Amino acid sequence: MSDIKRKLLVRGDKSFKDVSDDICNLVERMPGFKWVGGFLGAKSLFLFYLTVIGIIVTTGMGLMGVNHPVGWGTDIVTFVFWVGIGHAGTLISAVLFLFRQKWRTSIARSAEAMTVFAVMTAGIFPIIHTGRPWLAYWLFPYANQRGPLWVNFRSPLLWDVFAISTYATVSIVFWYIGMVPDLATLRDRSKNVWRKHIYGALSLGWRGSAKSWTHYEMVYLLLAGLSTPLVLSVHSIVSFDFAVSQLPGWHTTIFPPYFVAGAIFSGFAMVITLMTIMRIAYPKFKDYITLDHMELMNKVIMTTGMMVGYAYASEFFIAWYSGSKYEVYAFSNRAFGPYWWSYWIMVTCNVFIPQVFWFKRFRRSIPVMFVVSIFVNIGMWFERYVITVTSLHRDFLPSNWGMFKMTFYDFGVLIGSFGMFLTLFLLYTRLVPAVAIAEVKPVLHVGKEEEATHG
Amino acid sequence: MDNHDSNEVVSEQNASADVKSEKKLVKESKNKVNRLKKNKPKKTKSSNHTGGVMGIWDDDHKILIAAKKAKTFGFKKLDAITPFPVHGMEEALEIKRSWIPYVTFIMGVVGCAAGVWLTWWTSAVDWPINVGGKPMWSLPAFMPIIFEVTILFAAHSSVLALIVACGLPKINPPVVDPDLTSHKFGLFVPENDEGFSFERVEKIFKDLGAEKIHRVERY
Repeated sequence: MSDIKRKLLVRGDKSFKDVSDDICNLVERMPGFKWVGGFLGAKSLFLFYLTVIGIIVTTGMGLMGVNHPVGWGTDIVTFVFWVGIGHAGTLISAVLFLFRQKWRTSIARSAEAMTVFAVMTAGIFPIIHTGRPWLAYWLFPYANQRGPLWVNFRSPLLWDVFAISTYATVSIVFWYIGMVPDLATLRDRSKNVWRKHIYGALSLGWRGSAKSWTHYEMVYLLLAGLSTPLVLSVHSIVSFDFAVSQLPGWHTTIFPPYFVAGAIFSGFAMVITLMTIMRIAYPKFKDYITLDHMELMNKVIMTTGMMVGYAYASEFFIAWYSGSKYEVYAFSNRAFGPYWWSYWIMVTCNVFIPQVFWFKRFRRSIPVMFVVSIFVNIGMWFERYVITVTSLHRDFLPSNWGMFKMTFYDFGVLIGSFGMFLTLFLLYTRLVPAVAIAEVKPVLHVGKEEEATHG
Repeated sequence: MDNHDSNEVVSEQNASADVKSEKKLVKESKNKVNRLKKNKPKKTKSSNHTGGVMGIWDDDHKILIAAKKAKTFGFKKLDAITPFPVHGMEEALEIKRSWIPYVTFIMGVVGCAAGVWLTWWTSAVDWPINVGGKPMWSLPAFMPIIFEVTILFAAHSSVLALIVACGLPKINPPVVDPDLTSHKFGLFVPENDEGFSFERVEKIFKDLGAEKIHRVERY
């Protein structure tokens, strides 16, 4: 008997039917007041967001804080923030799948949904940032009548277009393919004719024959294998937007791994935020998304938080070690210059606060993890703010220095984007199974044998 | 030949609004046909769908054992319908490894070539522009694009291959038992299999502990 004991992945001694009932029930019953209230709130925020975007687009970018010398502002900061959040979903669904981490099954679906919605939310920002969104199609290499004048493939910004669009489409497809068998479950359970037709169409007529499952599992493995390098490449390429430039504070080789660690960090924090709320809103899910799952995610948060902390420290060391006075100034200005507060908010939220997870009590406490996850979300937004704004506002020539001030419209798009994200997420919880039914059923037995022998 | 009428399950054709009455009608007509033909399997118009017998088990371990044992009776075209992938079923039913990875690999190579061609042709051939004195054909700068295009092609063609391999989308697929996507596990022998007869397969399934046995008109 080994001393390491597998924990139960699903609590409550569920049968296969219980799993289908518990998870489908959420989709099949009428939404309660809490959901409707939450949805109306999120939707209003979404409408506010659309209005703000509408005003910015019709009036002009002058409404936002970006100006010389800080040409990248809230739009880019928030874009990187949302893309980063998306990465945890792919990490859970693809990387943990490749590592055969069975605990991923019950959170994978929602984490992937979070990925898809976060990337959709992120995608809006560069388009606003262009200032002329109606010309956004110029970003793609299409045969045009200006030469044809092709896009500049040497630009990291164009790499980003390719990375984000590949990532968005592959994530959507991965999420959807994972959902097909569950949609078939919903179809076969439905009494209502319309429901049967809609889920019948969405499930593509999936039946679950042995041969289909062989192909299906193979494709799932292939997509996981393709998504893993993809997710690492996407945030590396996002970091190239900065790192490939010449600006002190941006021009560093640590950026790709540092950005990827930060993305996982912020994404897991968002998963914790959403899962704590989901567990409270639908108590049945506590059997599937157990405290053990939450604890494991908190361990990931603490680990990646320390990686990010290491990156912060290493940047300072390298700035000093480089002997370049511009580098040294960029970093001392970051911590002690006019934007010192943003730097210390970042360090506090990302490095210090997650240290509470050294204690098992706090790792397993829902209120503590919820609060920490919110802090991490805030901290990770500030990380991108620090990188973008503090590097731009004082570069080589003091005559070229300036300050960045966020306007109402900056705050509008930042806060409003949460309205879009939450609206999509709330709709998702009611329209498709929020836990992967076909993936949870095979792991029902995990931990049961040990439980029996250990008593 | 024991009371197969009660076990008679008919494929559901849910196109119309009043499913129930239609179902009843279909059931009656099919009962009649069966009696007339003395249990000779009835071919439906669509040749893709054959009839046969399906046994239903309530656990993935049980159906796996049943599948292995049923195979020893010499059936060649056994199929299973399960709510989730049952591990070991491929071996039990002697299903070949999926061919989709070949598609992924080939399309990955095609995607890679497409990425190389796109960046090279647009930047170095069709409209070469000097950007910062870099060479026209600056491969390192094009690597991210080539990589992303490779993944794009490989991932989406794998999914398309899955759709082709599984014959999706299926319009109104026959539903033998709606619980087969939830908590029941079905093993199916088509009527055109070697050594098939309704009685024989039903007896085998019964001996293997099937909790229900359906005669299926359209599979």
